[in-house]
Amino acid sequence: MKRKDLLGIAELQREEILEILETAKSLQEISSRPIKKLPTLRGKTLINLFFEPSTRTRTSFEIAGKWLSADVINIAASSSSAVKGETLIDTARTLDAMAADCVVIRHFASGAPHTIARLTKARVINGGDGAHEHPTQALLDALTILQHKGALGGLKCAIVGDIAHSRVARSNLHLLTKFGSEVRICAAPTLMPVALEESLCENRNLLRRTHSMDEALEDADVVMMLRVQFERMDESFFPSVREYFRYYGLTRERLKRAKPNVIVMHPGPINRGVEIATDVADGPYSVILDQVSAGVAVRMAILYLLLGG
Amino acid sequence: MDLFVKNGRLIDPARKLDVVGDVLIRDGKIRSVGKAVDRPGDIPQVHATGLIVAPGFFDIHVHLREPGTEEAETIATGGAAAVAGGFAAVAAMPNTNPPNDDPSITSFIISEARRSSPALVFPVGAITKGQKGETLAEIGEMVEAGVVAVSDDGKPVMNGQLFRRALEYAQLFGIPVIQHCEDAHLSKGGVMHEGAWSTRLGLKGIPSAAEDAMVSRDLILTEMTGGRYHIAHLSSRGAVEMVRQAKAQGLKVTAEATPHHFTLTDAAVAEFDTNAKMNPPLRAQEDVDAVVAAIADGTIDAIASDHAPHHINQKMLEFDRAPFGVIGLETAVGLALTRLKLSVQRLVEVFSVNPQKIMKVSPWGIFEGSDAHLTILDLSRKWKFDVHQSRSKSRNSPFHGWEFTGKAVATVVHGKLVYDEL
Repeated sequence: MKRKDLLGIAELQREEILEILETAKSLQEISSRPIKKLPTLRGKTLINLFFEPSTRTRTSFEIAGKWLSADVINIAASSSSAVKGETLIDTARTLDAMAADCVVIRHFASGAPHTIARLTKARVINGGDGAHEHPTQALLDALTILQHKGALGGLKCAIVGDIAHSRVARSNLHLLTKFGSEVRICAAPTLMPVALEESLCENRNLLRRTHSMDEALEDADVVMMLRVQFERMDESFFPSVREYFRYYGLTRERLKRAKPNVIVMHPGPINRGVEIATDVADGPYSVILDQVSAGVAVRMAILYLLLGG
Repeated sequence: MDLFVKNGRLIDPARKLDVVGDVLIRDGKIRSVGKAVDRPGDIPQVHATGLIVAPGFFDIHVHLREPGTEEAETIATGGAAAVAGGFAAVAAMPNTNPPNDDPSITSFIISEARRSSPALVFPVGAITKGQKGETLAEIGEMVEAGVVAVSDDGKPVMNGQLFRRALEYAQLFGIPVIQHCEDAHLSKGGVMHEGAWSTRLGLKGIPSAAEDAMVSRDLILTEMTGGRYHIAHLSSRGAVEMVRQAKAQGLKVTAEATPHHFTLTDAAVAEFDTNAKMNPPLRAQEDVDAVVAAIADGTIDAIASDHAPHHINQKMLEFDRAPFGVIGLETAVGLALTRLKLSVQRLVEVFSVNPQKIMKVSPWGIFEGSDAHLTILDLSRKWKFDVHQSRSKSRNSPFHGWEFTGKAVATVVHGKLVYDEL
């Protein structure tokens, strides 16, 4: 990869995305080996710097790093000097002074990884920043879609839920429209960001906005459900969970509108009974666990491409 | 102080003056104005051939941070930045720590300014005690101590009844009530303009509606009370249009705009630069266009910098957590000369004549007997702003490295050449 950091999907070229996905595919078989270890990143240090709770992303990066023989260190903000009042920038410089090769940052503030990337020699991977981007999630989603649908373009994809607070929605919207898939963005009017079309870099005509879940699901190839991010809500966006599920919960009945071979995705963690019914989450269309497996491969690919060259 | 300004183009729109001539200053006052004024041999001389000589510019919206946040700015350093930017005078907003809600604070600011600031400093008092928006501050006593207006700047007065009382009560003293126009519920948690960029960047937006809703309410109260209402840093197209209509109806409303709002859009936030974080936020191109047009047509009366110094430790934070505001005293005139196509007369109106009319000050100008406050401009001077050379204590400018054509090259206060880059 030519770039120093991986901060978002918006700025990536299609070729760069394909390079990551192709590399991920070739690394996928490692998970089925008895000894899951390649020497590629021996002597490299990867730091997972997480200012927000995360199980999936952090563990996935940790496994990816370890399978590639990097030394992996996890830092959670609660145990770091952030609680002693150290600023983000000083934390970053400290990590740099320790000669970290790569830092994965998860942060509650949009743009925090960008600030760190500007100030460090270490390569920075955005592990999710505020409501901005979650590029590795979109890439693992892309790998999952590619493996189930054989293509990233020409599909009808519905992204449903708390769009306003979702970095996953933004990254996926950028990625899927870049490859020429139609994206139906579906949310309650209170959870729909303004000027969504204008916020896209290209193929704005592929975006459909709707408040109707039935409309979004009609003939869909892919349905991505988003978690309702109660922790980011300090005001009234909808009256109750019960009413939310009534209009935006994915049920087996609603899913009938989609194509028979539809896949149902969710970045996790899922709120059963809030945005997705249990029988759908665990049902035959669900590829939620495939996403998790794809996550390790995609993150190995990114680490390899950023650090292995 | 004595000074002889020789052969400048003397422009004072308030006196319909536009001639090439000399200004003789004795004991801090203008003694005579005109062609070939005799210069007594012993007083210092300034050659102003090819330059504009105008009544001293007055920035009516400045944060000097003293008392309370002296690590970001002091009255002395803010005053030095002011005169370096061509401002002979500034109005100091009351959101210090403690806030200027009491005549003792007003007196401190005035005496400290006399001691340490090369620029004139006119304090603005708080509308409400502690700027809490609950009860009126002792406005009369502050006026007697020297405030020239009241404002809860930084915080809007959300309580409509209280703002009505402020508009009524301030009439007793002939001072304007300045509002920072923002419906605090609509803007809550927002860090940039709500639009395509806030959506793309995943940052919480402040909608134009927050400004528009407050301007709308306040204009209704201004009509109701007959009060003098001044709008700080007008930034949205909708609010500009409301002010235009209110003026047409004859309401006593005035408005200022900042250089960053007539220059930059919300696209400046793209890289999460905290020096593009201010309140009101940088808005969309249509808003910038509306502000530019309103400065030219008189809907907006004055250009004010909203100079808001923040220590670098404060600005080196995540975008969400960094404070709002940028410094602007040294770039305001350069930006206006470079970015706006104003006549020189209009430029002097928005930087000197109108600011003096808005605030309760004894007017100065280019006439015999006036206090000798002058700004001298070189319209063709090319220069580059280097924030590291700033006189301000802070470095939070989005204009570092920008190039300008036109500069204030000298500033005179009470006949003293307090800044000289001739």
